[in-house]
Amino acid sequence: MKKQSLLMKFYLIVVFLLMYLPIFYLILFAFNRGDYMTSFTGFSLRHFATMFADTRLMGILLNTFIIALLSSLVATLVGTFGALGIYLLKRRNLQNVFLGLNNILMVSPDVIIGASFLILFTMAGLALGFGSVLIAHIAFSIPIVVLLVLPKLNEMDSALIRAAQDLGARPYQVLSYVILPYIWTGIMAGFFMTITYSLDDFAVTFFVTGNGFTTLSVEIYARARQGIDLSINALSALMFLVSLVLVIIYYFIANHKQKGSGKHKRATVNQQLGGGVQ
Amino acid sequence: MKSKQSIPYMVPYVLWIVLFVILPLLLMLIQSLQDIHQQWTLANYANFFRSGTYLKMTFNSIFYAFLVTVITLSISYPMAYGLSRVKNSQFWLLLVILPTWVNLLLKAYAFIGLLSQTGTVNQFLGFIGIGPQQLLFTDTSFILVASYIELPFMILPIFNSLVEVNPSLPNAARDLGATPWQTLRRVIFPLTLGGVRAGVQAVFIPTLSLFMLTRLIGGNRVITLGTAIEEHFLITQNWGMGSTIGIILVVAMGITMYVTRDRKKRGKR
Repeated sequence: MKKQSLLMKFYLIVVFLLMYLPIFYLILFAFNRGDYMTSFTGFSLRHFATMFADTRLMGILLNTFIIALLSSLVATLVGTFGALGIYLLKRRNLQNVFLGLNNILMVSPDVIIGASFLILFTMAGLALGFGSVLIAHIAFSIPIVVLLVLPKLNEMDSALIRAAQDLGARPYQVLSYVILPYIWTGIMAGFFMTITYSLDDFAVTFFVTGNGFTTLSVEIYARARQGIDLSINALSALMFLVSLVLVIIYYFIANHKQKGSGKHKRATVNQQLGGGVQ
Repeated sequence: MKSKQSIPYMVPYVLWIVLFVILPLLLMLIQSLQDIHQQWTLANYANFFRSGTYLKMTFNSIFYAFLVTVITLSISYPMAYGLSRVKNSQFWLLLVILPTWVNLLLKAYAFIGLLSQTGTVNQFLGFIGIGPQQLLFTDTSFILVASYIELPFMILPIFNSLVEVNPSLPNAARDLGATPWQTLRRVIFPLTLGGVRAGVQAVFIPTLSLFMLTRLIGGNRVITLGTAIEEHFLITQNWGMGSTIGIILVVAMGITMYVTRDRKKRGKR
């Protein structure tokens, strides 16, 4: 028994090493003095200097964060009220219809979302660029918020609402003094989760971005196709730090109650689908 | 609050469902049923099923996705099992999740450096005397990198289902004289099938549609359904055919979800 657990520990360590090696490799070469990702010739910060001096890249970085923040804000608003609406529907099967529709975008492959949005925007005559990317990001973020807020609503004791009503609270008072404080952690988790989705997204953006506008993922794709450029490594070191901060924030919020839910929408949808409608 | 009051809340959300869930898919279906002059036709589908290249591509795509699923599953189950048993498993789980927060493109980019002709792996192979080899732009490199990227998505649901197993059940099995292996195979594994199914869904469907990996790592040698869609939409501008492949992908997704659905009736509530 003892020997087996030792073997298990060894296995865990090996898999963890494999998972992290490529990431640390990427970050390590950000500090390389040379220009290639092949041999480490000495420590230098010059690739960071190049990156920060690259105004185009910095502009793209700014765009990416603006899109992420704006889309999460709107998606959180719409998604929270959507979740409230679903929660307040008293007919179980109607709830399930909405949840089913909600989950379509969660399980659809990114290419399908991207391609179908491209058709939609073209038919609507919308110019591809900042606007189309923003709308697309809002659209794929909404179901994530719904899936994170709805469980909070479901675990709330409905007697709280009735009590508030009996005590004379108006609907908007019930909402702002009873419901919103209760589901606040879910809303914040949804907000941060959608930020990371938006920052990460490549496929959907790639389809609807057009020529003039670029986000980080699309830019990395374009540069990676041309070969190795160590300022990309510097950028990845920076982004890793950002992710780390977001992970910590997200876990502070989510770990209030829920434990270890996955970040990615696939992981989230798994859990939600696994849990079913409560 | 009564049901009626939920209506104003729902307006933007319902609008979203109509405009961005139902309408795009409908438009894609319509697009697939039309030729370039907007005439109704089944030609795209006929073309898809008659031409050997599309069918071969679909088969290849499914085969690669299957391989990636099998590889990630065989690495993930022991991993999840081990993780569910160590102390501070929530912390270790966080370490599994963290790589999924690293931008996908950056991970692919790391592998370009690792696997290139003069890359680190080839330097190592040269050092032990069997290199350099062509590693990048091969089928193997595509499978390797796709498995790497999908691994956490397989570990998470299996881990979650392992944690939910009532510990008294494996204990009972052990008391009744089952060996650890028997306990695992006869008791724990069947109880965690739900997690395995969820993991298969989470890995198989996205792998069918990965497209940037096929370009960056697979060097266009591997064509998945996703690559074909991207090509028809953004390069050859044949939206009708692209939509057709899209609809095929949606159907493939539906079949996958149906096959891996949870068969037992939920006794919840």
